[in-house]
Amino acid sequence: MSLTLFAALIGAGSFFAGLLGALTGLGGGIVVVPMLTLIFHVDLRYAVGASLVSVIATSSGSAAAYVRQGFVNLRVGVFLEVATVIGAVVGAMLAGMISTHALSLLFGLVLLYTAYRSLRGHGGDDVHDAPPHPLAVRLRLNSSLPTPAGPQPYTVQHVPQGFLMMLLAGVLSALLGIGSGVLKVLAMDHLMKLPFKVSTTTSNFMIGVTAAASAGVYLHRGYIDPALAFPVMLGVLAGALLGARLLARANVRWLRIIFTAVVVVMAIEMLSKGARGGV
Amino acid sequence: MKPTHDVATAHELGEMDRRIEYAIGRLLRIGVIVAAIVTLAGATALLAHAGDTPVSFSTFHGVEPALLTVTGILRAAANGNSRAIVELGLLLLIATPIARVAATMVAFIWQRDATYVVVSGIVLGMLLYGLLFGT
Repeated sequence: MSLTLFAALIGAGSFFAGLLGALTGLGGGIVVVPMLTLIFHVDLRYAVGASLVSVIATSSGSAAAYVRQGFVNLRVGVFLEVATVIGAVVGAMLAGMISTHALSLLFGLVLLYTAYRSLRGHGGDDVHDAPPHPLAVRLRLNSSLPTPAGPQPYTVQHVPQGFLMMLLAGVLSALLGIGSGVLKVLAMDHLMKLPFKVSTTTSNFMIGVTAAASAGVYLHRGYIDPALAFPVMLGVLAGALLGARLLARANVRWLRIIFTAVVVVMAIEMLSKGARGGV
Repeated sequence: MKPTHDVATAHELGEMDRRIEYAIGRLLRIGVIVAAIVTLAGATALLAHAGDTPVSFSTFHGVEPALLTVTGILRAAANGNSRAIVELGLLLLIATPIARVAATMVAFIWQRDATYVVVSGIVLGMLLYGLLFGT
């Protein structure tokens, strides 16, 4: 296949991944690697490198809009970035030692879990004012949520458990080339009891930093090929920006079901590829 | 029982953080726009002179050694190598969240928040080490 045709097809696929990812809130990164490896037969390492770059683009590109709403908890984000960045560097070191079929199996499991979380929904915007974890006080993680009725203070729980889960999120982000947004939101929303809007926006805020940690390492290993990464990055970015604009008018419920079905199909394909011995 | 004094402090802190976040949001957007423009320019040049070349990524060979370091990418891009210009755009993109962490650290220095100067410093150190030296 010529470079022009290859770039056009991959760009188009990435555009739809970014569009659906933004519309469903699941992020496009989760389907980019399966698309590249299963449909375009790209080696997993090149796919992970290109996907990470696109994850940085969407996270940073949408941050300006998220940040303006005032939900991001800066201190929680910066503190947990210590964990995700350590995890990402460890994951990048492990990546060279784990076989591609083991990674495919792992990817399949993460896709299945993502589909499950996407159908289960979330805990809502409850503001918790239970006594905070002592570390949350010392690190000044407690903050307030802007509401029409004025700022509502909330407290932060289970800080060590949240930190540990963020280590795992960082490892998975590096190994699989994903943003690990589902796991990040789960750590903040379920464990640390942050309001859901704070969890999702702070997660998005952290995703770019997590991905930059492993992308920097992969650059030196030759995983980030410009000819593959440019259509992926520009496609996902364009799709995600359009998705953010369409969000108010789209029927998110149906899109979510469709996207979840796509994720499940890719999970099964990744699992069977992994079981057969490599991508 | 609510410690009203602490809540007020947390709220003031929140307001200051919000202004910082606003500036950071803008920094990130500028970074992405610049990176996307450089990548697009390099990609246009790459397609113009190598668009008909057959490509395959099914076997991993790794990117050519000249593009594996920050200095190597800068040097090759300055020579007009279109693959290097694309890679420079991607490098700028990777640098964008790193610049955000640096900006956050400056904001914490300005707030005289020693704890978070250290926390953001650790994150920044790890990111820079990975980008400049690999592992």
